[in-house]
Amino acid sequence: MIEFSIWDIFRNLLLAARWTVVLSLVAFIGGGLVGALLLVGRLSAARSAPGAQKTARMVRRALDGYVLLFQGTPLLMQLFLAYFGLALFGINVPAWVAAGVALTLYTSAYLAEIWRGCVDAIPKGQWEAAQSLALNFGEQLRYIVLPQAVRIAVPPTVGFLVQVIKGTALASVIGFIELTKAGTMITNATFKPFVVYSCVALMYFALCFPVSLYARKLERKARNGR
Amino acid sequence: MRVELDFMAVLSQWPLLATGVVWTLGLTAISSVAGVFVGMAFAWARASGPSWLRWVVGTYVELIRNTPFIVQLFFIFFGLPALGFKLSPEIASVLAMVINLAAYATEIIRAGVEATPRGQIEAAESLALNRVQIYTRVVLPPALKKVWPAMVSQIIIVMLGSAVCGQISTQELSYAANLIQGRNFRAFEAFIVATLIYLVLSVAVRKLLNWAGPKFLFGR
Repeated sequence: MIEFSIWDIFRNLLLAARWTVVLSLVAFIGGGLVGALLLVGRLSAARSAPGAQKTARMVRRALDGYVLLFQGTPLLMQLFLAYFGLALFGINVPAWVAAGVALTLYTSAYLAEIWRGCVDAIPKGQWEAAQSLALNFGEQLRYIVLPQAVRIAVPPTVGFLVQVIKGTALASVIGFIELTKAGTMITNATFKPFVVYSCVALMYFALCFPVSLYARKLERKARNGR
Repeated sequence: MRVELDFMAVLSQWPLLATGVVWTLGLTAISSVAGVFVGMAFAWARASGPSWLRWVVGTYVELIRNTPFIVQLFFIFFGLPALGFKLSPEIASVLAMVINLAAYATEIIRAGVEATPRGQIEAAESLALNRVQIYTRVVLPPALKKVWPAMVSQIIIVMLGSAVCGQISTQELSYAANLIQGRNFRAFEAFIVATLIYLVLSVAVRKLLNWAGPKFLFGR
């Protein structure tokens, strides 16, 4: 048996924490892109021609269902489904692909919902004014609505990053070796669960707490107005 | 290629799934009642307790809110026995869920408590109510009413989070799904069924809490 000093434990966990960071970034950026697509889909459906009301309603229902599905089921189940579901089609997926896909979809549902709230907070008059200036839908979004919506959207989006980082811990269950999985493996080798899980918890805290503080600061700034 | 799905293989194991649902709901019920009550007490400590207590509760809230639930669970189940506290998987699960929910509940309730108009507290003081009476009868009911939607969402997040408790062999729904796929190798079907049950549960629990909160907790 190899003797592990506290430093060995800490160093190995730190190495594994890189993968937590990478997975968080993949999920956050991927989720942001998919979430933005969902948002644009919803907005363009809402502003469709009077003749296309039925399609518009269907698009809206589908997006509501998507959000409900991801917010109303455990992330762990989503991970299992991505892992075993993709394997069902004969694709042998490594754990990190399944984790990346599941976390991206999960993040996209939450971000789409957060951003929808921000766009809804923009007064209707802004859209109408943009329309009366003969801007088309893309231009209305690009020059009038989004610049205002982004400003309110930043604090909750940064806040959600904390949820994403914590969510990546579940990828350990399907065998992706990130911080939590490394903690379990080191525990099995050292029989020092108390020390190891304390270190794991502290590392998550060190990752998440600054982000939380930053989100709170942004929120305060947004509330007090510039 | 053709993919054959066999849901009957999973549904025929319905007693396991039913046990899982009962466990999931039971864990959620216990931890939400305990979590909300602890949250009420801690919200008071955080809003108007002595400064050392404020600091302690604040640290607890930040520690819990900035670490993943699965790590908290593993710490309690695997870490604490090293110090001599041996816990069964079920007790560890409940403990982790209460500790987790209470931290969020503290912040949620505190937001409501701090929104109480000063005049109401002064009015209660002039009626010679003591501090406990003022908090439980004057401050809390409207505060809970204000923050109840956020509270309900958090309880549902904790219920969905309880899927992780299966990892330490608590027999809740995700554990049942795992058991079934271990028996018949129908992993995808088992998790689809479990996921849909969770979806139904989260919609139903939200409805139930939206009804129960006003009825039992803060009137009207």
